[in-house]
Amino acid sequence: MEIANVIEEVAVNLLRLAVIELPSDVKEAIRKAYNEETSEAGKTQLKAILDNIELAEKTQKPMCQDTGTIIFYIKAGVEAKGLDKIPQALKNATLRATKEVPLRPNAVDPFLQKNSGDNTGRYIPYIHWEIVPGNTIEVTALPKGGGSENVTVLGMLVPGQGVRGLKKFVIDAIMRAGAKPCPPNILGIGVGGGADIAVKLAKQALLRPLNQPNPNPEIAKLEKELFEAANMTGIGPMGLGGKCTVLGVNIEYAHRHPASYPAAVAFQCWAARRATAKIHTDGKVEYLTHKV
Amino acid sequence: MAVYKLKTPISEDEIRKLRVNDVIYISGTIVTARDQAHRRALEFFNQGKTLPINLEGLAVFHCGPLVRKEGDKWIIISAGPTTSTRMEVFEDEFIEKFKVRVIIGKGGMGARTTEAMRKYGAVYGAFTGGAGVLAAQAIKNVQSVEWFDLGMPEALWILEVEDFGPLTVAIDSHGNNLFTEVSKRVETSRQSIYQTLNI
Repeated sequence: MEIANVIEEVAVNLLRLAVIELPSDVKEAIRKAYNEETSEAGKTQLKAILDNIELAEKTQKPMCQDTGTIIFYIKAGVEAKGLDKIPQALKNATLRATKEVPLRPNAVDPFLQKNSGDNTGRYIPYIHWEIVPGNTIEVTALPKGGGSENVTVLGMLVPGQGVRGLKKFVIDAIMRAGAKPCPPNILGIGVGGGADIAVKLAKQALLRPLNQPNPNPEIAKLEKELFEAANMTGIGPMGLGGKCTVLGVNIEYAHRHPASYPAAVAFQCWAARRATAKIHTDGKVEYLTHKV
Repeated sequence: MAVYKLKTPISEDEIRKLRVNDVIYISGTIVTARDQAHRRALEFFNQGKTLPINLEGLAVFHCGPLVRKEGDKWIIISAGPTTSTRMEVFEDEFIEKFKVRVIIGKGGMGARTTEAMRKYGAVYGAFTGGAGVLAAQAIKNVQSVEWFDLGMPEALWILEVEDFGPLTVAIDSHGNNLFTEVSKRVETSRQSIYQTLNI
């Protein structure tokens, strides 16, 4: 098969897998939250979430009607063939998945307010590129829901306040978001670089599985500290009160300008949909997040 | 916390029995409506035009469903709630004019809606955000779709449901609002969290 066709086929599969079945680390975290939740209303919500997850897998239907904005992350091996074919292949895959899965049409022209009807449009599906050594192509699909996206925050914090300022910024963001991002959430926190880099890192942090802390032990400690603090707020599942407000906190960072301390918090709803596959030069495909 | 099974049309008496934290399941007819449908419904009322369906005693669902047409039949694939606060500007008038008894959504609603629910006898049932398949499973049939010119998510989907839920009563008809209570508690936790984090 032509490489373009392989990429298209894989991307359709990834979109289907992502919207129907959560990665095992997320399912595990939700089960744990259900066992630990003590508020009645919170437990009712987590039970409904677990039932919904099971039902989506059984019936092979998208777990949430908001199948998100379609975003892909590509790790392109510098020696891989067919890299120029990727954008068209991903667009074709999005068109097909919209009909076949199906996905809700979610691409709207911001000036004409017209829904394209097929999940494609200017810059959409969006592709994040990273050139890596080797000859494989790694494709990740991240269909991102609107409710959680709407509470994303960027702050240009005061450098003098350092990590203390960062912690306050994160806690305030969680409290302001409340029930809106469909908690329990996964928080992606991006720190440093510039404004755009912090937001990009925050979203990218959502791709890291919940059972993989940041490799830097100091950052891992901060992730744990913020996780525990977030779960002291009492917001709870769906904001109805309870212990489980977040399922995990992932931090990514870049070095910053001496005068700036950019920080961004990306919220992921409990329906943390992501799916990744690696395509080898011989056309062999390895699915990394799901059993296929 | 009590569990109630309600059948539409729901009476004011049945609604007055409910308290926040109760869980309800609805059978009968529910109608989806988001921003655009709320706006149009109120315009219709003010112009003296009748709505495609009489909403009295029914439940309104803040939802933009994912739907597929098979032959000439509509199939609901996934239909979880959308954020209700966007409808806050319309809902008090909507409850007053159309006598709907249950508003279903996620994220809760504000003081205006809470007051209208107290005055006219309605409740807000929180359905789990994102639980779109669970909702779709309780939808037995699409009776009709109206105002389709508003687009798939914004149209009025008139749905026959069986045991639609669980819905946590988050605003009751006695002025209680669970979301407001939770946010007050959250606010009081702020200082102790700051202290724990040494900020």
